Amino acid sequence: MHKYVIKRLIMLIPVIIGVSFLVFFIMSLAPGDTARTILGEDAPIEAVEALNEELGLNDPVLIRYARYMGGLVRGDLGTSYKSGRPVFSEVMSRFPDTLKLAFWGMVFAVVLSIPIGIISATRQYSLIDSVSMVLALLGVATPNFWLGLMLIIGFSLHLRWFPSGGSEGWKALVLPVITLGTGCMANITRTTRSSMLEVIRQDYIRTAKAKGVSSRSVIYKHALKNALIPVVTVIGLQFGSLLGGAVLTETVFSWPGVGTYLVNSIKAKDTPAVLGCVIIFCICFSIVNLCVDILYAYIDPRIKSKYK
Amino acid sequence: MGNKKAKKRSMAAEIIQRLVRNKMAMLGLFILVLLALGAIFADVIADYDTKVVAQNIANRLQGPSAEHWFGTDEFGRDIFARMLHGSRVSLVVGLISVSVSLIIGGTLGAFAGFYGGKVDNVIMRIMDIFLAVPSILLAITIVAALGTNLVNVMLAIGISGVPNFARIVRAAVMSVKDQEFVESSRAIGASSVTIIFREIIPNCMAPIIVQATLSVAGAILSTASLSFIGLGVQPPDPEWGAMLSSGRNFLRDAVHLTLFPGLAIVITILALNLLGDGLRDALDPRLKQ
Repeated sequence: MHKYVIKRLIMLIPVIIGVSFLVFFIMSLAPGDTARTILGEDAPIEAVEALNEELGLNDPVLIRYARYMGGLVRGDLGTSYKSGRPVFSEVMSRFPDTLKLAFWGMVFAVVLSIPIGIISATRQYSLIDSVSMVLALLGVATPNFWLGLMLIIGFSLHLRWFPSGGSEGWKALVLPVITLGTGCMANITRTTRSSMLEVIRQDYIRTAKAKGVSSRSVIYKHALKNALIPVVTVIGLQFGSLLGGAVLTETVFSWPGVGTYLVNSIKAKDTPAVLGCVIIFCICFSIVNLCVDILYAYIDPRIKSKYK
Repeated sequence: MGNKKAKKRSMAAEIIQRLVRNKMAMLGLFILVLLALGAIFADVIADYDTKVVAQNIANRLQGPSAEHWFGTDEFGRDIFARMLHGSRVSLVVGLISVSVSLIIGGTLGAFAGFYGGKVDNVIMRIMDIFLAVPSILLAITIVAALGTNLVNVMLAIGISGVPNFARIVRAAVMSVKDQEFVESSRAIGASSVTIIFREIIPNCMAPIIVQATLSVAGAILSTASLSFIGLGVQPPDPEWGAMLSSGRNFLRDAVHLTLFPGLAIVITILALNLLGDGLRDALDPRLKQ
């Protein structure tokens, strides 16, 4: 098992290098003169040239990338053009808020979706199944930023139960978490239902039932464990959309996280800040995918046995 | 030959029959046809210059009425007219960006699946790197770098969809590449490119069609998301996400500014998902079972 974890950890390195290069390369395609953006349109050409030289922007993209990665390893993501502060500390100061939102969004999604998916599957074609599947379909089709706005109208402006912005206290967390988690919840519900339906038709489930094992035990001890494998995959994949969704959710609720910082940085054409945010998001996504792969090995004995 | 044609026809007829029997898929198709008709005849229904972009401050923030079905926005423009013209943007961006993903991703996936070995390894490792960036973040990064205009939005969303198509087409190609008809095509001296595009791809269209339908929904959502954060369609051009974004400032007094464009997005994506699910069931009934 340790061998598997080590192998997956080693495989993470080329992914992070590849992802950071991809993002760095895309950002290097940005038209316009960075030094001119910093110094302003009226700056003399000599000053612009000097700053480009000083920032190393005249070097080829590969050299700039190598320098950037050297910095990344030391926790240096460059300096924000807008604030003049190190991007790493700017991102990291906001990261806990984004993580908090993503974590609770995922908890909200998982805690609701798995039981709903199980009930839907075990009572296929019942009213509860139909209602939950219609809601799941709507959940998949609803853009989270629109859902956020509707929740603000209902629960903030009319009922005044929760604040429409900020991040102070648990009440501020409720609407953003529902906004962020609903899409994931819908996807996980659909996957849990179809995975459970597939598993409960297997011979070993029929055998367990024939042997007189209670329905509850059949579902939770025999079926669920096997049905969970595709569910875990979807949870891992959903984390990516959760990070993307965090950018929009944070914008709607003025949540002081990395997403809001990213959007503001794009508007301010603050390239190092944009690059830093996206790279941190991608590293985070890669680490979550790694955790999902490791979790797989724990759930699925077939993987575990390969590495014993 | 005649038999082959008859067999092909009957298979297509069977698929269509299965699709027609699926009420939800038909509902999705009906909604999409309505939307497409609205987009095509948008100019006939509501003039772009006078109703969509021309401001009329005296009419600002009016609620829904017989004259303005969905009310007016902060500049007195008719929301229904703007949504109608906005549907053009959503549908066009959806279709073009998915075509970009399909052409690039499909070609890469087909080569990876057909040749296997090193070609497969190199292409799929590059795709893995693209997959390690959440698609909306990739689209945001591309638009942030290249600038905010409709072409860049289509390109960004198209590129972010490339790895999904590459994976699906690769898997589909791998599943049919060793079948007899490919062998016989090779035996009569057909080139690899001919075999891939004339023999293999037409025989693995089912997963590609399903993925394309579902991807249009994703592309419409991404377009709206980009516009919502100010990276997509720029004012005064109408687009559903951009309309939602400007409506944010009037949540208390004019809910209709955000309600209707949002509903348009939900209904369109729902329709595409229903049709996509229906197509999947019709093309491969085993999946339904």
